[in-house]
Amino acid sequence: MRGGAVVLPDLSCEVAAGAVTGLLGPSGSGKSTLLRAVVGVQRVTGGTIDVLGLPAGSPPLRARVGYMTQAPSVYGDLTVRENLRFFARVLGLPASAVAKAIDDVALGDFADRVVTRLSGGQRTRVSLAAALVGEPELLVLDEPTVGLDPLLRRDLWELFHELAAAGKTLLVSSHVMDEADRCDALLLLRDGKLLAQDTPAAIRAQTGAEQLDEAFLRLVER
Amino acid sequence: MRTLAVAARVLAQLRRDPRTIALIVGVPMLLETLLKEIFADRPIVFQHVGAPLLGLFPFVTMFLVTSITMLRERTTGTLERLMASPLRKLDLLAGYGLAFAAVAMVQAAAVSALAFGALGLEVSGPKEVVTILAVANAVLGTALGLFVSAFAQTEFQAVQFMPAMVFPQMLLCGLLVDRGSMATWLRWISDALPLTYAYDALAHTATDTFDGRFSADVAVVTGCILLALGLGAATLRRRTP
Repeated sequence: MRGGAVVLPDLSCEVAAGAVTGLLGPSGSGKSTLLRAVVGVQRVTGGTIDVLGLPAGSPPLRARVGYMTQAPSVYGDLTVRENLRFFARVLGLPASAVAKAIDDVALGDFADRVVTRLSGGQRTRVSLAAALVGEPELLVLDEPTVGLDPLLRRDLWELFHELAAAGKTLLVSSHVMDEADRCDALLLLRDGKLLAQDTPAAIRAQTGAEQLDEAFLRLVER
Repeated sequence: MRTLAVAARVLAQLRRDPRTIALIVGVPMLLETLLKEIFADRPIVFQHVGAPLLGLFPFVTMFLVTSITMLRERTTGTLERLMASPLRKLDLLAGYGLAFAAVAMVQAAAVSALAFGALGLEVSGPKEVVTILAVANAVLGTALGLFVSAFAQTEFQAVQFMPAMVFPQMLLCGLLVDRGSMATWLRWISDALPLTYAYDALAHTATDTFDGRFSADVAVVTGCILLALGLGAATLRRRTP
């Protein structure tokens, strides 16, 4: 339930550990609601969600799950470094954790700039860095690459795969189909219903489509 | 530890906004001066209301600043991020209380220095008690501001809560009209409002009459702070619709 409407009526899926799972679908399909439910900030009226072996949102998970909201949720009147230092302290981490997160999102040159003076894409990256700062086991990222230039998008996807290779689990939403190919596994969502959950290759084979957006169309029309 | 992190962050945000700090400190100084000047031919009035007003300014200021800051926290998604983090609600509320109490201390110290110095305000009781009560009232304002921010969707609404919550209390607390001369039903309402007790404590300090009423006033104000913080905590939901 979100805002009084049933958003995800009947949905069952699994996200593999140590991999990048893409949650794809048009805007309004229920991606954010699902991610909020996984993180434990969504009021859930029915169903169960287990995260890292515990019920979603249970207190021990809060330090183990990193969450990036869709709109950049950082303090506009603080600098990049001040923002990250605060989120690090909330997690009980020393200030040294901050430098790595700033590095990961390539904001080293802007570390002491106030967030409102940054571009939209840079703000998105600050918000991403705030999710990365605790090196969480599960990263839930709501459209982390929106508005970024292609080069930076490629770098971030490389970072996601590095993190997955190091054993982290990533659940990344996007409404752009060309990002689907960068994921190890896909959840295709439309109108709150799961159209498919599989690897990009398997979805192609299953639908006989070359491109994943074509595959998405075939799944919708099926 | 996390409480301190929140307090430090709130103060860092305020520090970025020197104009707001100037207004927080400057406006009550201006008002206190005006109060002295408009009653230049009846200095007794300034002596009577100067100290209570000094003690009540921080309540108004911190109510406004807190409700806006917290509303921003709710609307920009940072609250959602914090609710997904290990931060406890108490850390957040206490952090805010601590930060704005510190700001109130600066405000109260500056306004006290002016009022008791250049403006020649005199109180029979200890001046420090006026300052301490001012800080307590600031914390009360912060606690109420945190609470009402839950009922505002926009900053316009949050700003309107100030006259709605503060002006009736100012009118009924006994500052403008002696409570004894109010209609019974008005006195009943007045009895239920926290600022009545905050004012009464300040009035007792001004006249150096520290009797049982003063202790009761301080107890009520403290109770109201805790109640408002509790109500504020109830409006902070980890899970939202």
